[in-house]
Amino acid sequence: MADTAESERASYGGSEHAGETRRDFLVVSAGALGILGGLIALWPFVDQMNPAKDVLALASTEVDLGPVQVGQRLTAKWRGKPVFIAHRTAKEIQEAESVPVASLRDPETDASRVKKKDWLVVIGVCTHLGCIPLGQKADDPRGPYGGWFCPCHGSIYDTSARIRQGPAPLNLFVPPYEFTKPTLIKIG
Amino acid sequence: MAATHHGNQPAADTSPPASLPAGGHNRIIRWIDYRLPFVSFIEHETTAYPTPKNLNYWWNFGSLAGIMLIIMIISGIVLAMHYVPSGDHAFNSVEDIRRDVNFGWLLRNIHASGASMFFIVVYIHLFRGLYYGSYKYPRELLWMLGVVILLLMMATAFMGYVLPWGQMSYWGATVITNLFSAIPWIGQYIVTWLWGGFTVGDPTLNRFFALHYLLPFVIVAVVGLHLIALHRHGSNNPLGIEHRGPQDTVPFHPYYTVKDLFGLCIFLLIYSVFIFYATDFLMNPDNSIPANPMVTPPHIVPEWYFLPFYAILRSVPNKLFGVTLMFSSILVLFFLPWLDTSPVRSARFRPWYRVICWLLPLDLIALGWVGANPPAGVVVTIGQFATAYYFLHFLVLIPLIGKFERPKPLPMSIGEAVLQAGSHLVPSGSTERR
Amino acid sequence: MPRFGFAALCAALLLCGAAVGTAQAEESGTPPLPNEQWSFGGVFGTYNRAALQRGFQVYKEVCSACHPVKHLYFRNLTEIGYTADQIKGIAAQYQVVDGPNDQGNMFKRPGRPSDHIPGPFPNDEAARTANNGGLPPDLSLIVNAREGGPDYVYAILTGFTEPPKGFHLTPGTYYNEYFPGHQIKMPPPLSPNQVKFADGTPATVPQMAHDVAAFLTWASKPNLEAQHRIGFKVMLFLIIAAGVFYAAKRRIWSRVH
Repeated sequence: MADTAESERASYGGSEHAGETRRDFLVVSAGALGILGGLIALWPFVDQMNPAKDVLALASTEVDLGPVQVGQRLTAKWRGKPVFIAHRTAKEIQEAESVPVASLRDPETDASRVKKKDWLVVIGVCTHLGCIPLGQKADDPRGPYGGWFCPCHGSIYDTSARIRQGPAPLNLFVPPYEFTKPTLIKIG
Repeated sequence: MAATHHGNQPAADTSPPASLPAGGHNRIIRWIDYRLPFVSFIEHETTAYPTPKNLNYWWNFGSLAGIMLIIMIISGIVLAMHYVPSGDHAFNSVEDIRRDVNFGWLLRNIHASGASMFFIVVYIHLFRGLYYGSYKYPRELLWMLGVVILLLMMATAFMGYVLPWGQMSYWGATVITNLFSAIPWIGQYIVTWLWGGFTVGDPTLNRFFALHYLLPFVIVAVVGLHLIALHRHGSNNPLGIEHRGPQDTVPFHPYYTVKDLFGLCIFLLIYSVFIFYATDFLMNPDNSIPANPMVTPPHIVPEWYFLPFYAILRSVPNKLFGVTLMFSSILVLFFLPWLDTSPVRSARFRPWYRVICWLLPLDLIALGWVGANPPAGVVVTIGQFATAYYFLHFLVLIPLIGKFERPKPLPMSIGEAVLQAGSHLVPSGSTERR
Repeated sequence: MPRFGFAALCAALLLCGAAVGTAQAEESGTPPLPNEQWSFGGVFGTYNRAALQRGFQVYKEVCSACHPVKHLYFRNLTEIGYTADQIKGIAAQYQVVDGPNDQGNMFKRPGRPSDHIPGPFPNDEAARTANNGGLPPDLSLIVNAREGGPDYVYAILTGFTEPPKGFHLTPGTYYNEYFPGHQIKMPPPLSPNQVKFADGTPATVPQMAHDVAAFLTWASKPNLEAQHRIGFKVMLFLIIAAGVFYAAKRRIWSRVH
């Protein structure tokens, strides 16, 4: 095969050079088109693994805070995780604000964790190994700081859901949320 | 190779059988290839593998079938990421794919239309083999492996159609699995074993999903054997005569790679019509109704590619005989290399067979029409005649024609025939016009 | 292979296709379906959002009394032109079953955009009891599930007439020109001006039937427009690619020919 092509090339001589360039251009552009088409065709197969529309529809949740009295706590669900919503009493707010921030394992001021002082919104998943801390129900243990207590390994959170004792390294996470109305929040 | 040694190998044998030339490819590829000769294998099979230079476009369908297999596997795997194989959720999961999964509608259409495209390609590929005698010595095993692939495809497609769990899925599965009860003595036990219960149900659906996922990889393995057998003696060609040297052949790459890619573009155009526009053309409306074991659809019809065999099944009133006839219609293909008594391969040089060969697809179209219609009146009569012709064709006509027809004289070589066609000269004792 | 043989094959296939079609129509004993004009018909068709909204209104105010559309979510209605706020309002009109709550009971709450549109009955058995044993089919896929698609839906809705003389109508059924067997359990659902369209279109029976058929086509084929749009680009690309590959093929093969 190689020698046939070789001899053909030799017999064609000079004119073949221009022909070769033309052939190369055609072959290269054909190859490029093929690769381009292949990459474009690949995208749906990759994108199908991204969250589907029904999952995205649950990407944000609205929670009505109206029924939650002062001192009460509500558990909402957002993206498959529990969200602790606490309507804080004046005492709880005062306790949260008076803690020296530098002494905290994960230093954060209370003001940086809330949008309105009387509402605390945090994801109810312990930052140690992922259990759901107790403290939402009226008869749950809340730990010595009046916040939340994780039964799995004893992490203790305060009224701003910051870690005070126990193995958890970080405060309970604050999800992205906003007040669309005075008593309505949209999480996510 | 010796240059890259570091003195820790014995100097004796440093020439592996199919190694890359020292000039081409970078060092990394040469390092890998010396230990796992994958690249040199591919290069050898595509550039050193002599392919007859006179192959026409009917030879594109083999590579198209291989590409369809890959498309079906990839689209099937991504669909399986979202499909739920339980009676309660199967239908809904397919709807979720169509509506909510990103590009889910596209993946589903590719897979559903792809099944039909796969069969179209394979039926044409098969007919090419029939017409040009590709099943004859020394390619009998190549042919038989192809029939095995066809059988595996049919099993895969049958189980795949059950998965959406529509009315036609459920009742088609019921009808076809019930056929096995025709087997004497143990038939009903086999059916119960297949079902995993007393009717088609959840266990049946689950196992069909597992097997539907498995079989395509078995097909891949058989296709591998098919290609090994092919490369042993190389492709047949429209003249049916063996190639005698480099003047008769061209390297597969780039000649047939570019021709196959062009054919692929045309094929994808037709495929796209079904994916994007004529989506419902091949889909039975009853399969958009969730399976209901209490309600039988008025007409239970399989997908078009099974219609001729469905017709053969229904052509005789006796259940066992019908089942036997249906399976025999495929099994008869295995014996074709020995049924055909002609010493000449290509129908080009066989004046009688050349015409009779076309009667087979016409007969299959007639059988397909019979299968699509309720078995009443003239449909039944035509079905019986067409079934009789099908077996007559293979068991009587092909052996007799081979014996009694006078074939035209064959050309001396492929190269000669190509040259003659180019120069329009017709020397004595030569072939007809190309 | 002889061109003649191949042409004969194609002709046979076309004949068969035609034969299958006519055989099915004759056998069901119904007249051919009316050939309506649909905005989404043909290769470049698109949905008419105004018609879809009117159709949704007809579904909501008439059909939803008996027929569910369980594969539709409220949030899908953004595709037919409603805003997120409008959809929140529509969803909130419905009571959706949720639960169990902490006491272990199922409870009802106002619908949200992420909910399925709830059907009129909790299950098939309740539906049958309320409808004299008949089961009103789910409409989310009805256009795909019937031969003739939107033409069929339109025909059924406008095809209620008096039975011809001598036709014995089973009690509890109604005569319909286009329903196979002519005896349908559904009473004629549409009457003139039954619905007051928000955009002021007169609510004649053909208008309502047309709009609800369009809405149900969208419900069955929500991605039709994307299909056509992407399909056009794909086929254009393939035509160009075919041309380039053909030229490359000719170039490479010129060494041999």
